[in-house]
Amino acid sequence: MQLLTVDALTVRFGGISALSDVGFTMDDREILSIIGPNGAGKTTLFNCISGVYQPTRGEILFQGESLLGLSPDRIAVKGIGRTFQNIRLFNNMTVLDNLMLGRHIRFRRNPLQAYLRIRTEELRHREKVEEVIGFLDLQAYRKMRVMDCPYGVQKRVELGRAIVMEPKLLLLDEPVAGLTAEEKNRVAYLVTEIRGRFGLSILLIEHDLRIVSRLADRMVVLNFGQKLTEGTPAEVQKNPEVIRAYVGEEA
Amino acid sequence: MNLVESYKDDLKLIEKPWTRCWVALLIVGVILFPLFGSEHFVYLATLIFIFSIGILGQNILIGYTGQISLGQAGFLAIGAFTFGHLTKMGVPLGLCLIGAGCMAAVFGVLVGFPSLRLKGPYLAIVTLGFGIAIYQVFTSYEVLSGGRMGMVVPKFPALFGLTSEVSMYYFVFLLCVIFLAATYNLISSYIGRAFVAIRDNDIAAEVLGVNLTNYKLLSFAISSFYTGVSGALYGMFMGFLDPQMFNFSETLLIFVAVIIGGLASVEGALFGAAFVILIPQLLSGYNELTPVILGVTVVIIMIFEPLGLAGRWFKMRLYWRNWPFR
Ligand SMILES: Nc1ncnc2c1ncn2[C@@H]1O[C@H](COP(=O)(O)OP(=O)(O)OP(=O)(O)O)[C@@H](O)[C@H]1O
Ligand SMILES: [Mg+2]
Repeated sequence: MQLLTVDALTVRFGGISALSDVGFTMDDREILSIIGPNGAGKTTLFNCISGVYQPTRGEILFQGESLLGLSPDRIAVKGIGRTFQNIRLFNNMTVLDNLMLGRHIRFRRNPLQAYLRIRTEELRHREKVEEVIGFLDLQAYRKMRVMDCPYGVQKRVELGRAIVMEPKLLLLDEPVAGLTAEEKNRVAYLVTEIRGRFGLSILLIEHDLRIVSRLADRMVVLNFGQKLTEGTPAEVQKNPEVIRAYVGEEA
Repeated sequence: MNLVESYKDDLKLIEKPWTRCWVALLIVGVILFPLFGSEHFVYLATLIFIFSIGILGQNILIGYTGQISLGQAGFLAIGAFTFGHLTKMGVPLGLCLIGAGCMAAVFGVLVGFPSLRLKGPYLAIVTLGFGIAIYQVFTSYEVLSGGRMGMVVPKFPALFGLTSEVSMYYFVFLLCVIFLAATYNLISSYIGRAFVAIRDNDIAAEVLGVNLTNYKLLSFAISSFYTGVSGALYGMFMGFLDPQMFNFSETLLIFVAVIIGGLASVEGALFGAAFVILIPQLLSGYNELTPVILGVTVVIIMIFEPLGLAGRWFKMRLYWRNWPFR
């Protein structure tokens, strides 16, 4: 069975079609990249999968079940985690608390224990969080307010917050955008590591074609809300339409 | 020290030994206070503890969850009159208080529903409407408010050879400590984290699996429970109830106290309550100046110290700890 199936997905905002009839499938443990110029509808696609937007038409199946009509928190429980293009962290919380929120769905939640300060669950989840803190090299920032962390660190915190959810599918919206060349390489390396270590599938939006072709097993190319083509990085890069869509863009 | 031990240390209610000493001293001071303080000061301190509980409730809602409510006077009234009716029926005091809180919580959930769709000023207007409606209902229906003369509520019993006032002082202090400690626990638990997450970034919170409906309504319920209990205690303290006691100015007072004490600060509730209760005392004779002073203080705080008195206190502590290396 496919992990994710997107079929004839259409999203309209008033007059404009952000997505029209987009369809693709994704296998378990695959890294699939969505590429396309600005305004192609990549983020809109993520918003539909994570339940932030409801599509106008079409179908999204995750492990054979439809995600349409579900609220974002229900979708999170089903095993989809994501990051945002413009970082969306809880700015007044520490790095640690941000990551602990990633464990929210895994908590055995009992209000009485909360009120009586019985914190066995807290300790149990803290260990998972510490593992990810180590993995992402965030030790030094643990107790810092996210707002006071540098941009590169915030990006990693957001990544970590999605990983600790232990999702089956991870949606990464431009995880290396705005980073320095060195940081880009590091995150690119992390992305492949994440799949190996946490055994999940990754849907990745990225502008930087060089990085994408290194990471992705397959790519889907969007342009003006439509699917241009899909295939392995080598196939896609040879496609004349893709080259045309990217002329003038970075390539 | 092994890793698990150190994680546990992170979860302690009071981390620093010094803070422990301060808190212990403070508690001893409060316990000995009626021996030295005049009757009037005991009266004021009791009022401060009663208000703190309501302010704490409002702070959970505004400060932590980021949901505005201008209907707090309504919850105070519901708590107070529920308490009044329950005591008349001869229900034991503890159950009366819980009943008052629960009734307010039920209304809190009802008022919370609009918060699922409305934000900021729109929510403020809806809750404002609620507060006014409750006020109107109590003034127009004498069955609820106990008639033209108001409702007489029995005062707190005199215990252990103390006067009724001093007994109530200790009782309210105990409740206040319980509410403060419980709130610290709540705020540092998964529930508190979810509240702050909703305040800081509701979309991200939802995508992480926080159910906005449940947690917003929970926040409204908890907050109005506190406010209801505070209203009930206020009624018992005054000895009678009259809808006039719960008009919009009470809402404003609580709101101002939250801001002065510090948004999203548990101990700030005490600071805020002390401020709004003691300022009119200092200005006695110039009572018409009280709203002006409170208003100006809010403006100054919003400009210079958005974290309120608790924030200032925190910064002072930091300053002394690092002294002389600033
Ligand atoms: N909430 C919205 N309301 C109206 N229009 C929207 C909304 N969200 C997206 N759009 C429009 O949909 C189109 C696709 O936007 P989207 O953000 O999905 O592009 P993108 O591929 O992620 O671009 P970028 O590379 O710049 O991130 C754009 O024309 C955008 O203006
Ligand atoms: Mg985008």
